[in-house]
Parts: sequence; structure tokens; C-alpha cells
Amino acid sequence: MDALVARGITKRYAQHVALDKVSFTIPEQTIYGLLGPNGAGKTTLIRIINQIINSDEGEILIFGEKLHSNHIGVIGYLPEERGLYKKLKVGEQLVYLARLKGMSRKDALARIKVWLEKFEILDWWNKKVEDLSKGMAQKVQFISTVMHEPRLIILDEPFSGFDPINAQLITTEILDLKKKGCTIIFSTHRMETVEDLCDHIALLDKSRKILEGSKKQVKDQFKSNTFIIDHRGAFSLNGGPYELLSQLPGEADLLKSTIRMTDPRSPNDLIRDLIPLTELHSFQEKIPTMSDIFISLVKGEPHE
Amino acid sequence: MNKIGLIIEREFLNRVHKKSFLVATILIPLIFPTIIALLVFISKASEKNASKEVIYYIDESRIFVPDTSKYIFRNFSGSLEDAKKAFTASDDFGLLYIPPFELSKPEGITLYTRIHPSLDEISVIENLFEGEIKDLKMQKLRIDQKILDSLKTKVNINTVKISEGGQEKSSNSGVLFGIGMAGGILMYMFIFIYGAQIMQGIIEEKTSKVVEVIVSSVKPFQLMMGKIIGLASVGLLQFMIWIILMTTLTFGVFHYFGIDPPQQQAIQQMSGQVAAQQTAMNSEIMNVFNETYNLPWTFIIFIFLFYFLGGYLIYGALFAAVGSAVDSPAEAQQFMFPITIPMLISYLSLFMFILRDPQGTVSVWLSIIPFTSPIAMMGRIGFEVPPWQLALSMTLLVAGFIFTTWVAGRIYRVGILMSGTKVNYKVLAKWFLQRG
Repeated sequence: MDALVARGITKRYAQHVALDKVSFTIPEQTIYGLLGPNGAGKTTLIRIINQIINSDEGEILIFGEKLHSNHIGVIGYLPEERGLYKKLKVGEQLVYLARLKGMSRKDALARIKVWLEKFEILDWWNKKVEDLSKGMAQKVQFISTVMHEPRLIILDEPFSGFDPINAQLITTEILDLKKKGCTIIFSTHRMETVEDLCDHIALLDKSRKILEGSKKQVKDQFKSNTFIIDHRGAFSLNGGPYELLSQLPGEADLLKSTIRMTDPRSPNDLIRDLIPLTELHSFQEKIPTMSDIFISLVKGEPHE
Repeated sequence: MNKIGLIIEREFLNRVHKKSFLVATILIPLIFPTIIALLVFISKASEKNASKEVIYYIDESRIFVPDTSKYIFRNFSGSLEDAKKAFTASDDFGLLYIPPFELSKPEGITLYTRIHPSLDEISVIENLFEGEIKDLKMQKLRIDQKILDSLKTKVNINTVKISEGGQEKSSNSGVLFGIGMAGGILMYMFIFIYGAQIMQGIIEEKTSKVVEVIVSSVKPFQLMMGKIIGLASVGLLQFMIWIILMTTLTFGVFHYFGIDPPQQQAIQQMSGQVAAQQTAMNSEIMNVFNETYNLPWTFIIFIFLFYFLGGYLIYGALFAAVGSAVDSPAEAQQFMFPITIPMLISYLSLFMFILRDPQGTVSVWLSIIPFTSPIAMMGRIGFEVPPWQLALSMTLLVAGFIFTTWVAGRIYRVGILMSGTKVNYKVLAKWFLQRG
């Protein structure tokens, strides 16, 4: 079953369209990257999923059911702009937030204790949030997102504000949650996160979805049949099915060349054709990074 | 609904747990009586302890009889010129020069002082002369003090209201005036203090960004209502505590001064003129006390609570809308103005029209229009409001808060998620019209 299916989601404001017929499918137990430049409509989409605002058109299915107020307890949401009640104590605050999500006080207490122990911060129970450092508050906020055991977790820029150690801790927890069956939506600009963690992505730009698929599919789609070779001895390769894009001095006395195949054929053909020309030290297909793909799709267009 | 309950509980506990709540609740009813008591005490004490000032006098009229209760009077024999010289050399309070004068035309009496005397000080001396001249005139006209006293009559008009059923009910306009004023002022303060707290709370939630977490669990409208109702319950609790404290205190004070509640009253018979006067005064106090005691307190408190809730909800919703629209209390100022206007109008009218003429056209309409009715009705409530007016006013009040809550809810749901926007009335209107 798919964790979330969105069909033709449209949201219009007085002066602009925030989302224009956006459809996508998030398979269960995956980490799904929701990408896009600022102002693309990511936050609006997330707010619609969280039922903070309503879409004008389209429908959303959560685990096969139409989006309904009962789904509030199914979803855990970490907004990009973090915020907790400053004057409330950590424990009291988490219990309140858990109860708003529909947990009983007793269950909430038990679950929160487990999480605080896991992060080794149980002794913060009676500390006020305003006395915590930014990183500490982030941990509390992360717990507030996952304590009610949501099956769908939406994390908006989850790593901003974390130092590398805590970011690693959170990454581990996210992977653990996925292993336990949770589906996770990442909204982020950080392409290394997408590269490392996401299984699927969707790219929004100017209120439309312009790309969707598994990471492998997307990369395959953007492969340009370009290969990078390290070799000894210069050569030129003009005409034929190949195009020599660059040949530059590489490490030691080797040269590094980038070659594109102008018509699709097997890499073996290229190797076969190269061997007479030079001494081949390494051969590697150039796979586009998510960052390359993002920039190539979004580039050149004016953004806010 | 269950979630609104949670929010109400949270808001309530947040406020009630604060030390400032405890302090305000317990101290405010004590502070004002204490300050008044203290001032009275100090002025009494200073009156008693103050050493009397010395006034020299030259009496050429030969009628001045020094009364030494306020000043020490010393006769100076010699010319005015000498006296002036002697006076400037001394550090005494004044020099009183009394030239010969006719009783019908007392002119030329002069008080020389080093510092400008106060009105009180002058009137003390003036009274001395007036009293003396009166005595002299009476002797001349052969009027006995007793005859004069017997001419004096004090009249207190009892106002008795006869209802259609012929039932008579005495009423004391002074007491009703007091009730109206206290109720109106209390209402004004309550609505403002608690309304401002709603706004404050919402701005805090918005600037701390916690609001996005909350509205992912509850509807914005639920959050807004939870906040408003939560604070209302704090207000009611505070009001109840005040009522209890003040009642206890009032009875304590009355008891201390020997004025007993009506059930136990037993006015002692005293003999002589002074005693009779005292009894008259006492019975007047008793009267006020009886009136106060016999007022329909349950009814007045019920009406107060109803109008407090209604007025608070009307204005609370507006304060909530303002809080949701802005990023800081400073920014809220521009929107506070139109909210404050009807409050101020009703507050000022309380003194200008309502308490003076509770059944006048302006008073009646102010007590019916929902935005002014909470304060205006409190001003009128003691003076027998016709049931149809009360019913109309209460209905409109309920309709009014449903209306403002609806308007505020529509602005609030958009406003809380917008930060860093420059907000004006056009933007508010746009938010109001925006769909889901």
C-alpha cells in the first residue's frame, strides 16, 4: 500500500497559484525527498497534508483513506521553523503536545520517558525550554514529532541547527524508524541528505511537480552517457560516435578525460575503441548527482 | 471538542500557576483599601502630632476671641508697623491685623505671612471670624442659640419605587450610583486586561513558531477558542476570589468600626444633643449599609458575569485577530485603536450619561449595542432596567460575540502562519475573504 497518494492538488491565493495540479505517490516505508527551490510550494503542500490549510482541488489519500481529521495522530510533523513554548518545562510540554495528538496522558508519559532516555536527556524533564540551547531544543522538538509513533513523518529541513554529532544521531533514528515501518517525507535543500538517505524524490518548481521517481530512476533519466577515464598518454577523439569533452592533467602523471557517447552503445565499445589510443587506468560512468539534476532543472529561471 | 478542552486546561494552568496571578489575585483587593486606610491614618496622625503655628494679632476692633484649637494666638500690643518688624524678625507663622470694623461690613482684616498660606489655613481663620460675628449679631438681635438650633432641620428624601404590583421598594440612588460605577470600571478593566493577555499569548505563540506544531494537531479555530475560553476561566476564578475576599474584608471592616450587619443591628439609645446627632449619622450609615445589603446581589453578580463573558468574548476575539496578524506588541498598536474606541466611548459615557440619567435615550442605546453594552449595562443595572431592554441587550451581545468570533477566526487562521508580512487593513480583509 502507498503511504500517501496526492492527486491534482491545487491551491490558489489571491495573486498567485501556490500549487498547480500536483500529483505524486509515496510508497510505504521509504524516505521520500520533497525538493524544490524556495517558493516552489513545498511548505504549502506540507501544510495541506497536515490539514493546516485545505487545498482548493484534488485529493490526498493516507494509507488508502481519504485525508481526515483522524489522520492527525498518524502524522508527525517537524516544521522548518522550530518552536516550543518557551516557558513550559520539557516534560510538561511533550505531554501536552502528545495529548493534542490524541494520546492518553499515561501513554504519553511512558513514550516520552523512553525517548528522553534514548537521547540521554531524561534529566531535562523539569527544565524550561528557554533554558535549553538551540541543539537541545531541537532534540526535544524531534521527540515531539515522533513520540506518538506516527506512521508518516514529515521533516522540514530536519538537520538545520544540529551539530554533526546530533545530525548523525538523528539520521540513525530516522533510518531506525524507517526500518520499523515508518514512511518519512524530507523537505530539504541539502542535496547530500537526499543523496544519502532518500529512496524516492519529487521536485517541485514554480508550483508544479517537474520530476518524480526513485533515486535510481531519476539518475538513469539524467545520465548523459558520459564517461570519465584516467589514462596515460594524450589522445584526440574526433568524429565517430564519441565526443571528447575535456582532457586535463589529473593525479600524478595521468590525464583525466571526459567523453560523451553521441549515440547509445555499450561502455564496452568505448573501452575497446580507447585501448589502441591510450593506456587506460580507470573507467567510470559519470552519474549525475542530485545537486546536478536539481540545478540543471531549476537553473536559469528567476526565483524569489 | 476534546482538544479544545486540553487547550483550555493548558491555558488555565499556565496562568494560574504563575506567581503573578497569585499576587494579583490576593493583593489587588487588599491594596486599594490598604492604601486608603494608610493615607487616612497618616493624615490623622500628622494632624495630631503637628505642633501648632503661632499667629500674632493686633485687635483694634476688640471683638476677637482667639480659638486655640488650630493655632496659638498671641496678642501683640503696639502699632502695626512695630508688629511687622517684630514678625519679620521672628520665625512665626503669621501676623493678623484686625482693624475696627462694623459687624455688617467686616473689611480690612489682614493676615501677613512669610509663605503663601493654603486655602485651608485661610478658611480656618475666616471661619473663626464668621462664627464670632454670627454670635455678636445674634446677641444684637436677641436670638437664642436654642431657637436657632430648633430652626435647623435635616431632610433626607427616601426614594421608594412602586412596581406595577404595588410593591414598594426603597432605593438609595447613591448606593446604586456606586454599584454602577464600580461595575462599569471593573468591567472595563477586566476586558482590557484579559483581552490584552489573549493578544500577548497569541503573539508569543506566533513568534516562537510553536503555533505551526499546534495547528498540525488542532484546527486554528479550536486553538483560538481554547485560548479565549481558557483565559476567561482564569478571569472568572480571579473574580470569584475577589468577591469572596472583598465581602469578607468589608464585613471585617464594618465589624471593626462597630457597624453590624442588619440582622444584629441594635442601635443604642443615647441621651443628649450630641448623642442624637450621632444616632442620626449612624442611622444614615445604617441606611446605606442596609440598602447595600438588600440589593439583589445574586442578580447583579449574574449580570456582571454574563456581560463580562459576553464583552470579553467580543473583544477577546478581536484581540486574538490582532495578535495573529502582527509579529510584536508594538506592531499591534495600530490595530488597537479601533478596538479601544467603543470601549472608551462606553467608559466615558458611563460618567457623562449613564450614571446621571440611567433611563435616558443615550444610556439605553449604549446598553443595547453589543460593543458598548457590557460597560453601559453595568452602569444601569442598579436602576431597574426594563426586562425587554435587558433581553434585547443580552441577545445582541451573544449575536455580537458570535459575529466577532467568526470574523476573528477567519483572520486568525491565516494570520498565525504569516510572519514578516507588513499588515494593514487591506491585508486583513484579504485574509478574511481567503478560502480554507
